[in-house]
Amino acid sequence: MFGTHESSPLVRRRIALCSAFAVAGVLLVALRLWDLQVMRGEEMAGLSENNRVRLRRVPATRGRVLDRNGKVLIDSQASFDAVLVPEDARDLPSTVELLAQFLHQSAGDTQAILDRTAGRPPFQEVLVKRNLDFDEVAALETHQLELPGVSLRITPSRSYPYGPKLAHVLGYVGEVTQDELDRDRHYRSGDVIGKAGLEKAWEPYLRGVHGGQQVEVDALGRELRVLDEEEALPGDTLVLSIDFDLQEAAEAALGDEAGAIVALDPRNGDVLAMVSRPAFDPNEFTGGIKPELWRELTQHERHPLNARATQGQYPPGSTFKIIMATAALQEGIVNPFTRIHCSGHLPFGNHDFRCWKKGGHGSMNVHDALVNSCDVFFYNMGQRLGIDTIARYARAFGLGAPTGIEVGAERSGVIPDSAWKKRVFKQPWFAGETLSAAIGQGYVTATPLQMAEAAATIATGRRFKPRLVQRIEAIDGSLVKAINPETVMTLPVRQTALKQVQDALVDVVARGTGKKAALPNVTVAGKTGTSQVVTLGKERIPAAKLKWNQRDHAWFVAYAPADDPAIAVATLVEHASGGGGGAVAAPIARQVLQTFFRLREEREPKRYAQN
Amino acid sequence: MLRIDRRLIAHIEWPLLVLALMVSAVGLITILSATHHSARLLSPYVLRQASFMGLALIVMVVAISVDYRSLNRYAYALYAAVVGGLLLVPFIGVSGGGARRWLNLGPFGLQPSEFMKIALIVALAHQLHRVAGERRMPLRSLIIPVMLISLPAGLILKQPDLGSAIALAMGALTLLIIAGLPMRLLVIGALVVGPLLPYAWHHLKPYQQRRLTSFVDPEADPLGSGYHVLQSQIAIGSGQLYGKGYLRGTQNKLNFLPEQHTDFIFSVYAEEWGFAGAAALLLLYLALVLRGAYIASRARDNLGALLAAGLTGTIFWQMVINISMTSGVVPVVGITLPFLSYGGSSMLALFAAIGLLMNVSMRRYTF
Repeated sequence: MFGTHESSPLVRRRIALCSAFAVAGVLLVALRLWDLQVMRGEEMAGLSENNRVRLRRVPATRGRVLDRNGKVLIDSQASFDAVLVPEDARDLPSTVELLAQFLHQSAGDTQAILDRTAGRPPFQEVLVKRNLDFDEVAALETHQLELPGVSLRITPSRSYPYGPKLAHVLGYVGEVTQDELDRDRHYRSGDVIGKAGLEKAWEPYLRGVHGGQQVEVDALGRELRVLDEEEALPGDTLVLSIDFDLQEAAEAALGDEAGAIVALDPRNGDVLAMVSRPAFDPNEFTGGIKPELWRELTQHERHPLNARATQGQYPPGSTFKIIMATAALQEGIVNPFTRIHCSGHLPFGNHDFRCWKKGGHGSMNVHDALVNSCDVFFYNMGQRLGIDTIARYARAFGLGAPTGIEVGAERSGVIPDSAWKKRVFKQPWFAGETLSAAIGQGYVTATPLQMAEAAATIATGRRFKPRLVQRIEAIDGSLVKAINPETVMTLPVRQTALKQVQDALVDVVARGTGKKAALPNVTVAGKTGTSQVVTLGKERIPAAKLKWNQRDHAWFVAYAPADDPAIAVATLVEHASGGGGGAVAAPIARQVLQTFFRLREEREPKRYAQN
Repeated sequence: MLRIDRRLIAHIEWPLLVLALMVSAVGLITILSATHHSARLLSPYVLRQASFMGLALIVMVVAISVDYRSLNRYAYALYAAVVGGLLLVPFIGVSGGGARRWLNLGPFGLQPSEFMKIALIVALAHQLHRVAGERRMPLRSLIIPVMLISLPAGLILKQPDLGSAIALAMGALTLLIIAGLPMRLLVIGALVVGPLLPYAWHHLKPYQQRRLTSFVDPEADPLGSGYHVLQSQIAIGSGQLYGKGYLRGTQNKLNFLPEQHTDFIFSVYAEEWGFAGAAALLLLYLALVLRGAYIASRARDNLGALLAAGLTGTIFWQMVINISMTSGVVPVVGITLPFLSYGGSSMLALFAAIGLLMNVSMRRYTF
């Protein structure tokens, strides 16, 4: 029976052929090994014994970061690091101990270095200390003979000439972690990597390409000569849209308050200034932050590491009424002549919704309601629009979703609607919650950047993606990448409705709640906001009686000049002590606007002389 | 439930299994040498590799137990599933070493490219076993096989993983030749592909180009692969006739080899065991390959012959290319040494192949 079903003769012939080929192939490989191991074996053994060729990385200089006028915001300078090749240290523990003395390190540091050498190939360099000062460099140089295996390495180090200014945007760098090493093969242990802000978000451009050297060393690990070298390619330069002069003015305007300021160019989305305070000094992170400083930063009551401008989510309060008014006019809920009576409160269900003005505003149209920030008017608008329509308009203004700014972590805020409530709380939407949302309270939150976007949107009817980096240049100045302004959407609102809201915002500053933002030569349009952090018995409680972190937030959003907007600003003062948006935030915004127009006149005197 | 025929047990394919286990054992002890540090005797790599082997033996038993002719019905389903895995890699894959090759499945990762080598052979055998061995193989019958090969080869090249793509293609080509590919076509093919090589060059990633140039001119890339090829050659050569002894290779010096427990494991082995050890290992491999060829030529039908020959060819090519690469005969393309290199997916796939080979061998006597 066997053999009745067999493979074809041709197939079997080919198998035999291939088998012969396989034998020949293995023989050839064996011949090669014979040549390498037997014929040239002694030569190779000699090479292996005298194998003193080391590979050494030449780190690339990280790219610089400039403001729109070429001011250097992040620079790379040379620093001296002490490194150790464990294999070449005759007696590792005593060498490390001696080294620690010269470098003024504690016993704990010494142990940490020894730990780092464990479990790693002993010929691999271990970083002992970064950024040596002059005395330490001198000490190592003079005691070189007592410290076999120890050498100095010149590496580029990161510096931030303006310290804490713009710190959250710029970010900081640090030594690459094991986790990051596992994720990306660009890095080796000891490399520097962007950890936050632009440093992190634009890491692929900033890091450059590391070079390397093949170095011949003697028996003690001292370098004899460089056999071959591949030069490092420096990282690219980021040119920001930030105007650092304006940034400094904004930093000063916010002063010691905790909060944020974002200034945008509404014509293209350029981020002109972005302040988050309190801040930290990114220089402290270069070369490893001290543990006690890190503890201080992370445990501080006011969270200085928090980039409030993009990560802080606050109820927008009455600034949200800009969106409510736009929606109401566009949807035809009201026309400019529709009047609603404010008696100081609006009963709804078994609850009484109050206006901030106890006695009420009397009869108001939409224009007056914006100018005086009447809550009762907008409770009514909320009831008539419904939460889902409100949410649709809020999203058109850029709320409830990340803006897409390339600065590391960004939060999206919350624009609630009935679907959201169902998803998050597994509950239906309650009509009363619409009333809170209508005045920018309740679940509604937004970041200062989003509110600046909203201000820019109402100013022009168009929304741009915020642009922080204008272009990327190679070290020789050639263009690597240009980031063009990007329109996200055109507001689906009639020109007339838009104009009605804009006119009201001009009057807010001219005669309403935002008077403190007015400038002598430029027409400013804006809106105040005071958002409650805690509600106790539905009564506003004077700030002085509350703990710091229970006080209200003060908002002011603005743009100017009203007829030809060139800047949009959002100012947020967290837990303001001196009052609401009109009293605290508006004067800060005014200083930013004033500086902006002064700078504009100085830089282009002819064009703006008559202003 | 799997029904194990008693007649099957009587015909267990021992020689192949024993050879595969012997080479794997060499692998385990070499991985230990490549990864151990003086502080710890047993490196976690060895333990992991051993557990992979345990798992691989289970996979092998499964691959034996179902008659390969019934399995044949699912050839395309298997092929589609593995290609699906490859397609997923760019999206949900995990990157390692600058390329995305892994699918993350909870506690461990899978490398679909390893399983593709088997799935492709199974699919090709299925596709070609009817026309195989005809005096004049119609050219039409090659259209589908070429497509079957190109799709996964292209996907693997994209990862990018030049080595696996080459191993895949060489194994498939071996199967085509055995199926009766006209020899004229081979010559014509070589004449057509030759001029296309410069074009392909431009599609390689810079690091792949560097590896290839450094093979021609080690000085061209003193810091990357040129250095590694040189050091790998020194390691192998310095083993001389009898080697430096187990665990006594100048490990410290060798640690600069980037993938000493995977792609470059042969240089670790050859340094410690010398030419004698290397020749013994080569003989084991040759015996394994010839046994595979024997199983193929004694198979009861064309399907079994093609299956066995294709799987054997894939293993052969991977072995030859890897050793040639570490000894500096061919460019470094990134290819593992079968049964020796560390790697779970590779182990599972190899023993699945061994299982299928045993399947073909043992079914010769059943109907």
